Amino acid sequence: MMHIIDRRLNPKGKSLSNRQRFIDRAKKQIKRAVDDAIKNRKISNTDGGERIKIPSDGLNEPRFMGDNKKGTRDRVMPGNKDFMPGDKIKRPPSQGQGQGGREASEDGEGEDSFQFTLTRDEFLDIFFEDMALPDFVKKSIKEEVVHEFQRAGYKRQGSPSNLNLKLTMKNSLARRLCLHRPRDKEIELLENKITALRKKKKPTIKQQKNLVTLLEELEQKKRKRKVVPYIDPLDVRFTSFTEVEKPNTHAVMFCLMDVSGSMGEIHKELAKRFFMLLHLFLTRQYSKVDVVFIRHTHLASEVDEETFFHSRETGGTIVSTALEIMQKVIKDRYPPEDWNIYAAQASDGDNLNSDNANCQQILTQELLPICQYFAYVEVWDSHEAEMFPDDSNVTRLWQTYDEIRQTHQNFAVKKVTKAEDIFPVLHDLFAKDKKSEVA
Amino acid sequence: MAAGKKKTEMKPLYEGAKWDYGLVDDSFQAIQKIAIEEMGLDVYPTQIEVITSEQMLDAYSSVGMPLMYNHWSFGKSFVRDEARYRKGYSGLAYEIVINSNPCICYIMEENSMTMQTLVMAHAAFGHNHFFKNNHLFKQWTDANAILDYLQFAKNYIAKCEERYGQKEVEKILDSAHALRDQGVDKFTRRQKLDVAALRQRELEREEYERSQYSELWRTLPETKSKDSQEIDLIERDLAQKLGLPESNLLYFLEKHSPVLDNWQREILRIVRSVAQYFYPQRQTKLMNEGCACFVHYHIMNRLYDTGQITEGAMLEFIDFHTRVVAQPDFDSPHFSGINPYALGFAMMKDIERICENPTDEDREWFPDIAGNNRAIDTLKEAWKNFRDESFILQYLSPHLMREFRLFNLTDDTTKPHFIVDSIHNNRGYKAVRAALAAQYSVANLDLDIQVSKVDLHGNRSMVLIHNMTNGMTLEEKQADMVVAHIKRLWGYDVTLNSVDPKSDKITKTYSE
Repeated sequence: MMHIIDRRLNPKGKSLSNRQRFIDRAKKQIKRAVDDAIKNRKISNTDGGERIKIPSDGLNEPRFMGDNKKGTRDRVMPGNKDFMPGDKIKRPPSQGQGQGGREASEDGEGEDSFQFTLTRDEFLDIFFEDMALPDFVKKSIKEEVVHEFQRAGYKRQGSPSNLNLKLTMKNSLARRLCLHRPRDKEIELLENKITALRKKKKPTIKQQKNLVTLLEELEQKKRKRKVVPYIDPLDVRFTSFTEVEKPNTHAVMFCLMDVSGSMGEIHKELAKRFFMLLHLFLTRQYSKVDVVFIRHTHLASEVDEETFFHSRETGGTIVSTALEIMQKVIKDRYPPEDWNIYAAQASDGDNLNSDNANCQQILTQELLPICQYFAYVEVWDSHEAEMFPDDSNVTRLWQTYDEIRQTHQNFAVKKVTKAEDIFPVLHDLFAKDKKSEVA
Repeated sequence: MAAGKKKTEMKPLYEGAKWDYGLVDDSFQAIQKIAIEEMGLDVYPTQIEVITSEQMLDAYSSVGMPLMYNHWSFGKSFVRDEARYRKGYSGLAYEIVINSNPCICYIMEENSMTMQTLVMAHAAFGHNHFFKNNHLFKQWTDANAILDYLQFAKNYIAKCEERYGQKEVEKILDSAHALRDQGVDKFTRRQKLDVAALRQRELEREEYERSQYSELWRTLPETKSKDSQEIDLIERDLAQKLGLPESNLLYFLEKHSPVLDNWQREILRIVRSVAQYFYPQRQTKLMNEGCACFVHYHIMNRLYDTGQITEGAMLEFIDFHTRVVAQPDFDSPHFSGINPYALGFAMMKDIERICENPTDEDREWFPDIAGNNRAIDTLKEAWKNFRDESFILQYLSPHLMREFRLFNLTDDTTKPHFIVDSIHNNRGYKAVRAALAAQYSVANLDLDIQVSKVDLHGNRSMVLIHNMTNGMTLEEKQADMVVAHIKRLWGYDVTLNSVDPKSDKITKTYSE
């Protein structure tokens, strides 16, 4: 009549394929949401989780449902305290429509709209999902392994400093309860009784007998207390840590920007977004990323982030000055054999004509051989872009750089006109299959 | 052994929390003895399957069935359930039981021996008896075939995916799932006559007309213009051919959609069949759980009385049982509607009380069963012939209404106040009972949505009608999306109107 079957050994993950289907479907939406989120973000709040809400179109399972806010209905409920027929009860404020009110979330997406928080890492993983560091400049990447401790449950042995008091006491309490270890109070009670009996000058036989049994009991309890100790080695637990190996690699990123009068706020904003994304991307790849800000007019100097983005300078434009400073900083602080060097240059393309050759020389001779990657982004505002739609109309600097690009794989030039372009441009620069594209 | 049997006090079946197959088997035999010999339950053979918590989560996401076709929505519920479980928001069920023959009953490996005993009494006998005997299950589900059918469905859909691509299949399934609730037959369809029978009927009608023919009729003036009459006739004819109005939208689309391929129709059919299989469960939730709780309570007590389980086990059981059948008051933070376990179990116990120990009030309200001393037979009759709505209407006693302190609250959304309509007093018993029963009625559980008109000769547009109950329209966003799904399956324009059945006026129209 009855069979009993052990299914526990059946292959696990029967839902795996369904889960995969769901995640695939969700991924597109998460990606879209992530892209939207990054578009509207300030440089300062790149840390911390990002709340991503999947719009439900693709993940929604709509059904016909009655509208809870319409019509009349009866509801029978238990636990009447003092209601009498005819009593009026004020409707509770909107959310508690009785049924729990969870059918419609804030924006009326219905109860299906899933919301979950991606951690910063998950967020960036998805964001940079199909990007990778260009691997054509594989030279002396300094990789040393660092050890780090991570919590890993509990164990029975360990050093006293790692004793987990809470768990130990919990075990001890449980053991004492189970083995009926006599409590202090019980013993005290017994002892009090015994002293009371002993004080009696002429004890009756019954009392004497009583005294004997009490003494025996006390003796037994005391013995038991010895056998069942307060804390037994069995109870002791230690917090356990394991060592995890972490590759330690570091990179330095140079941000070069033209801050001369021709660079308007819009240009700078675009450049800033580009730098921010590049920084984010590099922090994904390296455990430590230094950022060096270099701004230039006809003179260049290393500055902090604040000055870099916000103060204004006037003057002509000589790009090579910035390159020289970069060269100097590298020489002083970032020996190329220890550091991965990345550089991003943003400019509107203006340069002193006579300087272009100079730039070309510094780049090809000095910088490009030691840089992992050098990206040049030319920012145009959208009006300019509309005025000169075809590629033939390019700046001198662009022309020069374009020549370099043709001979150097670790050099890239791109043009950006509006905020939405930035991510695609970065994406192009670091696209995973870039190599095949080049080839 | 004969000597041992005479004693009422038997050896405990097990001690402690650990279980193994021998113990489970022994307990099952002991439970079976009580269930079959003493209570006279009638059950399918049982198949107990031991699973891990992970497998329990798997089972959750495939609507409790051991196998199911693949669809992302099952993955979605898996992800949700898993997250809830891992974060500790919700525990897992201790068992899942499947209405099949043999009756499959999943039990979790983490359960203690007492839980396994309880679960077997609850599911393998309580639910199992209900599945096998309740008229709704008998009429609408086929316990013998369901597993084979699901196997077929899984294979069929996998094959379709191979052939037409996962995306295409998913599209159809998405749309079909949106109409799941509208994919059940609520009454048996009229049998289609075969050609010979049709011909026969036609002949008979002609014969009848001939016999009734009189020259006089010809002289009557025509009331309607012939044109409109003809159109009417065509429409009526068409409606009859299509079986309109039709409330089973999936059935209608499967049979009559102008755009679907055969494989797509078959997928609609699969979704429809699965929905139909689950349909009785929604209408008998209260009774089903009540029955299972009553059975496990009875069996566990009998096991205890005969000394087959220890006091410790009994205590564990009572602790669990009380938590399951607890009914928080309406103003408690734990309140989330009426707990079907609580009310179900209380009603079953109440019927037992009325049968065995009636008061004058019970004699007045339940003259048929009061004091008949055949509690279990009475209950079995009820389990067989009722569903939640009729069961409450028939058996909810004033005694229980007082115990639960039930009251009826009328909520008219146009007014700023709820009104306490009636309470557990002499004047209110019938009203409260009727209102509670109505909450479990088909009209309240299911929306009345029908295909009312299809313009097959014109632009092929389809008109659906939602007959509102109590002035309740549909939730607009959802309705619009579902209409879009219907449009995908029908291929041409679809409109859905919410209609007030009293005035026949259209209150609201939904379109994609």
